[in-house]
Amino acid sequence: MSDHILEMRHITKTFPGVRALSDVNFAVRRGEIHCLVGENGAGKSTLMKILSGVYPHSEFEGSIIFNGREVRFNGIHDSEKAGIGIIYQELALVPEMTVFENIMLGHEIRRGIVVDQNQMIKKSEELLKRVRLSINPTMKVKDLGIGKQQLVEIAKALSRNVSLLILDEPTAALNEDDCDNLLNILRELKGQGVTCIMISHKLKEVLSIADTITVLRDGQTICTMDRKADNVNEQVLIKHMVGRSIENIYPPRESKPSDEVVLEVRDWNAYDATLGRKVLNNVNFRVHKGEIVGLAGLVGSGRTELARSLFGNPDGYHLQGEVYLKGQKCSFRHPKEAIRSGLAYASEDRKRNGLILIQSIQYNISLANLDGVSRNGIINEELDKQTANEFVKSLLIKTPGIHQLVMNLSGGNQQKVSVAKWLFVGPDLLIFDEPTRGIDVGAKYEIYTIMNQLVAKGMSILMISSELPEILGMSDRIYVVANGHITGELDARSATQEAVMQLATQY
Amino acid sequence: MNELRTVLRKNVREYGMYFALALIMAVFTILTNGRFISSRNMANLLNQTGYIAVLAVGMTLVIIIRHIDLSVGFLSGFLGAIAAIALAQWHWPAWAAILLVLAMGIAAGILTAFPVARLGIPAFVASLAGWLIYRGALMLVTAATGTIIVPNESFNAIGTGYIPDLFPSQTFLPELHKTTLIIGAIAIVLFIIGQINDRKRKMQYNFEVLSAGLFTAKLVFISAILGFITWILAGYNGMSWTVVIMLAVVLVYDFITRRTVIGRHIYAVGGNPEAAELSGINVKNITMLVFASMGFLSALAGILFTARLKSATPQAGTLFELDAIAAAYIGGVSAAGGIGTVTGSLIGALVYMSLMNGMNLLGTDISLQYVIRGLVLLFAVIFDVSTRKRKS
Repeated sequence: MSDHILEMRHITKTFPGVRALSDVNFAVRRGEIHCLVGENGAGKSTLMKILSGVYPHSEFEGSIIFNGREVRFNGIHDSEKAGIGIIYQELALVPEMTVFENIMLGHEIRRGIVVDQNQMIKKSEELLKRVRLSINPTMKVKDLGIGKQQLVEIAKALSRNVSLLILDEPTAALNEDDCDNLLNILRELKGQGVTCIMISHKLKEVLSIADTITVLRDGQTICTMDRKADNVNEQVLIKHMVGRSIENIYPPRESKPSDEVVLEVRDWNAYDATLGRKVLNNVNFRVHKGEIVGLAGLVGSGRTELARSLFGNPDGYHLQGEVYLKGQKCSFRHPKEAIRSGLAYASEDRKRNGLILIQSIQYNISLANLDGVSRNGIINEELDKQTANEFVKSLLIKTPGIHQLVMNLSGGNQQKVSVAKWLFVGPDLLIFDEPTRGIDVGAKYEIYTIMNQLVAKGMSILMISSELPEILGMSDRIYVVANGHITGELDARSATQEAVMQLATQY
Repeated sequence: MNELRTVLRKNVREYGMYFALALIMAVFTILTNGRFISSRNMANLLNQTGYIAVLAVGMTLVIIIRHIDLSVGFLSGFLGAIAAIALAQWHWPAWAAILLVLAMGIAAGILTAFPVARLGIPAFVASLAGWLIYRGALMLVTAATGTIIVPNESFNAIGTGYIPDLFPSQTFLPELHKTTLIIGAIAIVLFIIGQINDRKRKMQYNFEVLSAGLFTAKLVFISAILGFITWILAGYNGMSWTVVIMLAVVLVYDFITRRTVIGRHIYAVGGNPEAAELSGINVKNITMLVFASMGFLSALAGILFTARLKSATPQAGTLFELDAIAAAYIGGVSAAGGIGTVTGSLIGALVYMSLMNGMNLLGTDISLQYVIRGLVLLFAVIFDVSTRKRKS
């Protein structure tokens, strides 16, 4: 029998009304990188919260054997003390504090009653070296890019002398360079004897880094595989994750875009006064009726800025240039005006600025078009409910009812609520920013199918995406953005990932 | 029975407040040998609650959109003094003084909102500036005369008068105020009709409704409470104008928040301002509107308070803002924004004022009164937070 650093045995966890985990067994060998995959809602995060003590011992059944001893954690402090470090998807750094202060936070080195800054900086430098980050530890975290912040987070975990590091979707928000870098560092840490558990939706990345892969589905362990010995590939993983094999990740589309131009943008410039620089530079492009146009580019290239500058400019950029919507010249001063003219924008970060998490599905769906369910400013409650029910049915939103709060839904279902909100407005053009970020494979397919249905009905979609296969698989045409410029236009049928990448890295 | 239990459990937060109010009232009734629940004291309690409830309703909306307004106490004191001056020194008719003061209230609200909405200044700071300014303004306008006695009887009736009995009768129920009884009866009938219609409509759409038995029980129970309140009020002088105004404010604001587009927009801005903005809601305008309404209600509270005292004093309005904030929190408003109801804040104000009134009847030392009010506020918020956690 091989040496296991961790064994979780017969873990069962129930929430009111839902069994999140049932009799899950999960074992991790010492010194390996173990990837945990599964659809959203499969129970991955719940399992890791149990391991890290977020759910105390009294709230679940089963036992945890760590380093050969049964452990009972009653909080994250206990698991940290035992040598388990967890890094969440949403980073837990304090932006206004320096790198070394963040790394040593809660474990400050003291001399008497004062903190010993120099010692802490020195220790931080060593830790940063381990994650190959050559930055000054006295920089503020907010001045770092997200990729570097992620590494600081790992350095912080290492400062606690962890022997088991858990990473919850560490690469979800990173661009490809930062991803590669992060994966390399994980490999190095493995060489230094740190065991890693990594949750990820990116299967390619899982296949490149994992020694062992465990698949969870519906709160149960489906299988644990050795990547090399079992010769695991993407198809196999997807089959285990969804319980069926998805022949084609991108559903075929029958409809063809027409020649009618819905949106035309000419010589569009945006200047961000707070950053003190131009975020968009002479941008020209157009979208036809019934077309899906992909907007590719690296994170920070100006894609989202472009979308928001068109959509009523909530960031207050100084704008220059012309926008024509259905042949009409427009200049929107507020998202409200853009929506009235037939433009919709589903934002990239659903939780932060897309949905109202503490409100119900019903309230979220009608939010952008309350005029559609009211008369003289008074809401017709029944019509509102009926509307929500129809969307829940037609988009297959999985929920006990329309009164469910959006925060209780899985990522895929939240995205569907967001889509429903904009469908109820009935726009001519939907700008869809990262339509499938943080969504599992099965739900992705559903979102793609919905997109196809929409363009078949004559709507147009401008899709912003960081996932190249998605850009290539879903678009009719592709524009590539780099550093605020459109660096190229490609026909999706003939485009390759390499071609897009080359244009995206032109500046 | 099972249904009752699930309904209660689902709405424990909402019903908890009503239960707390009932409990407090019962305890004081026992401790005072029934003096607390007497018609005379109940009328007094409701009149005392008037201006705090009005302020709490406005404050509820302000807190829902994640702001705070500290200026409302001295603003209402200042505007009350302006009304008193208009009546006593300029000899304006009551309606003109009221209109002037209400308009000034709206203007003051917009003035507070401007730096908040347009310049991004925290409302705490902007309204703290208002607190200082209106305090100074109040001292200034009352400096020459000190307390200003209001000579206008029709104005004073707002705070001290009762609605006239249109059907006085010496033979039929001579002890009771008939108009109040009739209004109470109409309210009960409207309530029952509304509930039945609502249930019918829901059933048309195949939505879940209470079973017939439980629904009837609910109707009987609430009607009984409304009837009891009516009976008690009718036993003294009937409904006061203060109660009429307070109920009108609560009904109108409850309707706005629950049933109108503006109400949805207010909750959306509180729930997630960025998402609201991107959904086509003008967050700045909503902020202006909510603060303008707060200013309007501050003016109304100032009128109620001035009319009740029949005079304006240099200290009027002191700490009203904190009483209103406390009432709103007791009533279940969430400090994180986006959650809270107008009716909840009315109950919160009633809980708060019942405590004060009851302890005054018992002759409790004022220092102890503050401690107990503080503990009740703390307990209410803890209860609120813990039930909300369990729900999610």
